[in-house]
Amino acid sequence: MGDFVDTIIRFLSNPNNQDRLLRMVTQHVYLALLPVVFGIVFAIGLGWIGTRVPGLRTPTVMVGNLLYTVPSLALFVILPGIIGTRILNPINVVIALTIYSTALLVRPVIDALGSVPGDVLASATAMGYRPVRRFFAVELPLAVPVLTAGTRVASASNISMVSVGALIGVGGLGVLFTDGYSRGFPGEIVIGIVLTLLLALTVDFLLVLLRWWFTPWQRAGRSSPAGGEQV
Amino acid sequence: VIAAAVEYLLDPGFWLGRVVEHVRITFVALGLAILVAFPLGLYVGETGRGATVLVGFTNAMRALPTLGLVTFLYLILRDTYVTAVLGLVVLAVPPVLAGTYSGLQACDEGVTDAAQGVGMSRWQRLSRVKLPIATPILFGGIRNALLQLVATATVAAYIGLGGLGRLLIDGLAVQDYPQMLTGAVLTALLAIVLDLLFAAVQRATVPTGVALAAAGGTQSDTKGDNE
Repeated sequence: MGDFVDTIIRFLSNPNNQDRLLRMVTQHVYLALLPVVFGIVFAIGLGWIGTRVPGLRTPTVMVGNLLYTVPSLALFVILPGIIGTRILNPINVVIALTIYSTALLVRPVIDALGSVPGDVLASATAMGYRPVRRFFAVELPLAVPVLTAGTRVASASNISMVSVGALIGVGGLGVLFTDGYSRGFPGEIVIGIVLTLLLALTVDFLLVLLRWWFTPWQRAGRSSPAGGEQV
Repeated sequence: VIAAAVEYLLDPGFWLGRVVEHVRITFVALGLAILVAFPLGLYVGETGRGATVLVGFTNAMRALPTLGLVTFLYLILRDTYVTAVLGLVVLAVPPVLAGTYSGLQACDEGVTDAAQGVGMSRWQRLSRVKLPIATPILFGGIRNALLQLVATATVAAYIGLGGLGRLLIDGLAVQDYPQMLTGAVLTALLAIVLDLLFAAVQRATVPTGVALAAAGGTQSDTKGDNE
């Protein structure tokens, strides 16, 4: 056990490895979180359409569930066949994870937007809010608690799924797993797992902070109109 | 490329054995995971003991990288099958646990009070009132576990496990994209088919009253929220 810890410390104190780890973490963040940002934008867009055209709600949710069912490695491999990218291109991972994030977020967003009380909408309209401004200033902020709950799930699962990309040669912390495996060095894998978990924890904490920042009315001691929807 | 993949797909002899292997390991792991997680979830849900630990644990597990878990376990255990089963069970326990626990949590207190009022014992309340009410969410958890298993069994081909992941990993090794595409399409189809199958089982087992209440209520989550 002492030897094992020693090998990890030796690995971590090598400046070359430090550089490599830093690059991997950076790439991991970008591969995991860029899709979350895209996913939020798409889910809000689809949610906007879904609440205005009621017939679209069920099909949107169904397609979302279906896409979410496809295993990540399979999607990483199928995408290049559909969009014509090369298989080792990191863009495949970004697109695949964007699909998952959108699929995960779209239903809660539609539900949250659909559950804004009618009198709130009526008051906003009476105050002179036009539909687009009302959406961004009233409906969307009320959906923030639901949106952050979904975003926390999406970013945690993306951060863990990016590692699978190492199997098709896309970097990030997953390279530590394939590398540690082929060299028979469990210490490297442990470093990868710990860094992944730390990354997920940090991002989760930041999202909780963001939610606090964006929902001042919930701090006033009353529950918000959308409060019942919190997951 | 597509034509070559279609040719593979039209030749069941090429992949049928892999599908069987994949399904077998998925169900072995799911069975073991339910065996571990269901009683534990019942215990936590009934007594409320360890609920915070459980919620924190299931959330943290979501970020655990499957590839890291599987490669690490392999280097320690040096046995493909044992590693794969253990790794898969570890990943399938949290969703089943969360599903059982939140299923019990979803029971209205008034309902259990009423059950007690008509003279039901604790065991009767659990088996005849709470569990039937919990079934939709419980099934949500089991289906999440199933999807996680199908996906991870694919990844475990990297450490030598059979199943559809073989087509992906072997195809990549020899630069045979059609073979990879075949494996990927079949994995996706398998996941969808198994999920639909479990959805059908769910529809058949959820008591009509519970299904009606769920449909009439505020569309409470059966799939996403217990994840």
